[in-house]
Amino acid sequence: MKKFFRNAVFALVLLFLYAPILVLIIYSFNDSKIMGSWSGFTLKWYAMLFKDRYILEALYYTIVVALVATTVSTIVGTLSAIGIYNMHSKRRKPYLFMNNIPVLVPDIVMGITLMSLFIFISIKMGLTTLIIAHITFCIPYVILAVLPRFNRLPENIFEAALDLGATPKQAFWKVLFPEILPGITSGALIAFTLSIDDFVISFFTTGNSVTNLSITIYSMAKAGINPKINALSTIMFACIMILLIIINIRSGRSVKQTP
Amino acid sequence: MKSFKEYIAYPYGIWMLVFIAVPLLVVVWFSFLSNPDFKMGEYVFTLENYQNFMDPLYLELLYRSFIYALIATLICFLISYPLASLIITLPEHRQNTMILLMILPMWVNFLLRTYAWMVLLSNNGIISNFLDFLGFTNIPLLYTQWAVILGMVYNFFPFMLLPIYTAMKKIDPDLLRAASDLGANRFQLFTKVKFPLSMPGIVSGSMMVFMPAVSTFVISNLLGGGKYMLIGNLIEQQFLTLNNWNFGSAISMVLMVLIFLVLGIARLITGKEIDTGGQVL
Repeated sequence: MKKFFRNAVFALVLLFLYAPILVLIIYSFNDSKIMGSWSGFTLKWYAMLFKDRYILEALYYTIVVALVATTVSTIVGTLSAIGIYNMHSKRRKPYLFMNNIPVLVPDIVMGITLMSLFIFISIKMGLTTLIIAHITFCIPYVILAVLPRFNRLPENIFEAALDLGATPKQAFWKVLFPEILPGITSGALIAFTLSIDDFVISFFTTGNSVTNLSITIYSMAKAGINPKINALSTIMFACIMILLIIINIRSGRSVKQTP
Repeated sequence: MKSFKEYIAYPYGIWMLVFIAVPLLVVVWFSFLSNPDFKMGEYVFTLENYQNFMDPLYLELLYRSFIYALIATLICFLISYPLASLIITLPEHRQNTMILLMILPMWVNFLLRTYAWMVLLSNNGIISNFLDFLGFTNIPLLYTQWAVILGMVYNFFPFMLLPIYTAMKKIDPDLLRAASDLGANRFQLFTKVKFPLSMPGIVSGSMMVFMPAVSTFVISNLLGGGKYMLIGNLIEQQFLTLNNWNFGSAISMVLMVLIFLVLGIARLITGKEIDTGGQVL
């Protein structure tokens, strides 16, 4: 009885969470252009998606921005975390305070402050400003993911490696790096997800010539979204599912292998 | 570790100054300026923007934003707390799967998910048809205040679930056993041990739902149809359509100060810093 109740709750919550996604997927196969009225199965939106230059360009910019922002923010964030960890607390505090601002301040405020800066120093808004904005809001999350890893390390582990004959390079790559790697990976993952999904900050910091997927969808939403977008999101969702299943199978294997 | 010098963090320090501190100062500065005659470059220092905001019309928007965000936060809590306590009773590997299933929808674009709700809630949508079938005809769903709150709950609910789940996970089962050995009944076990220990998760979860909810303009625009303007809509409008940056800057400042006040109160409740980092995923 208790188990039944528990499963019923899970089913209800999952229904609530997945209903909109199911709707998106179902209407990507709908012959009619209007979401909400079903008029037969088709794959034409998938075919048309790969011919739509406007959507493909938005997808391209989304991925380019996410890749650049993730790479830069992961490298800069990790190095800065190392630096911040070694700081005197007098200097560390203002660093962490400033680093927390993009996390604590609402997106819209981050968006308008950056936009004001770009206009104030009259930089033309476009791909560059978009990437700068994304890097700015991604680095804090990388630092917040990496820094706790250092606090967990045994003190002087780096010096210990040097005493045992490792060169500084070896001590970094063989001792320190593997210890903080999980933090770096999760930081990079957070940065990538935030960048791909961001709308508000991008909306304020991009110019007319560059739009990402979120902005494209927003501009379409009121008049009705083109089913090509549904097709695209179905493909993206399927990719994530496949990726997760692969990761699950692989990690399941590695668990079995360890005695 | 001292072999690594702190100066490798200096470039980022400069980056933060240029792209975090300076922009904020620019907006603070903007908020104290006005251009009464609409002439280029003729700005005067004034408190006018802040005085203008004291209009009952704008204060109502601010009030509405806070009420909607509070209701959304409360609903998220009422779903997440029982849900997290149920998830924690599952075997370990199924717990992970369940949590993953709960956050997976977040990988679908936020705007698309909100748009899908527009389809679900529309007049001839599935929910409306179902209600018709039950005999409740002509209940408007889309473009209502409840649609806006639903959008907030739907989009930000994982931000509440994860911290609460993590906090519950950290509770030492020995502690619960000790409490019941010492004579606590199930009710006391909950009120005196389980609930206080999950408090940090509740507070940080609440902040992470409240903040995006109070400042949103997308959800109110799409699901409220522009009928229920929130403070975020006002800011967006000032910057992008009315081009009154000075007033927009002043509103942003008011919003920011209020959010920091709420954060300060939350910090007083838990007695330590709110942990927002690393819990996004």
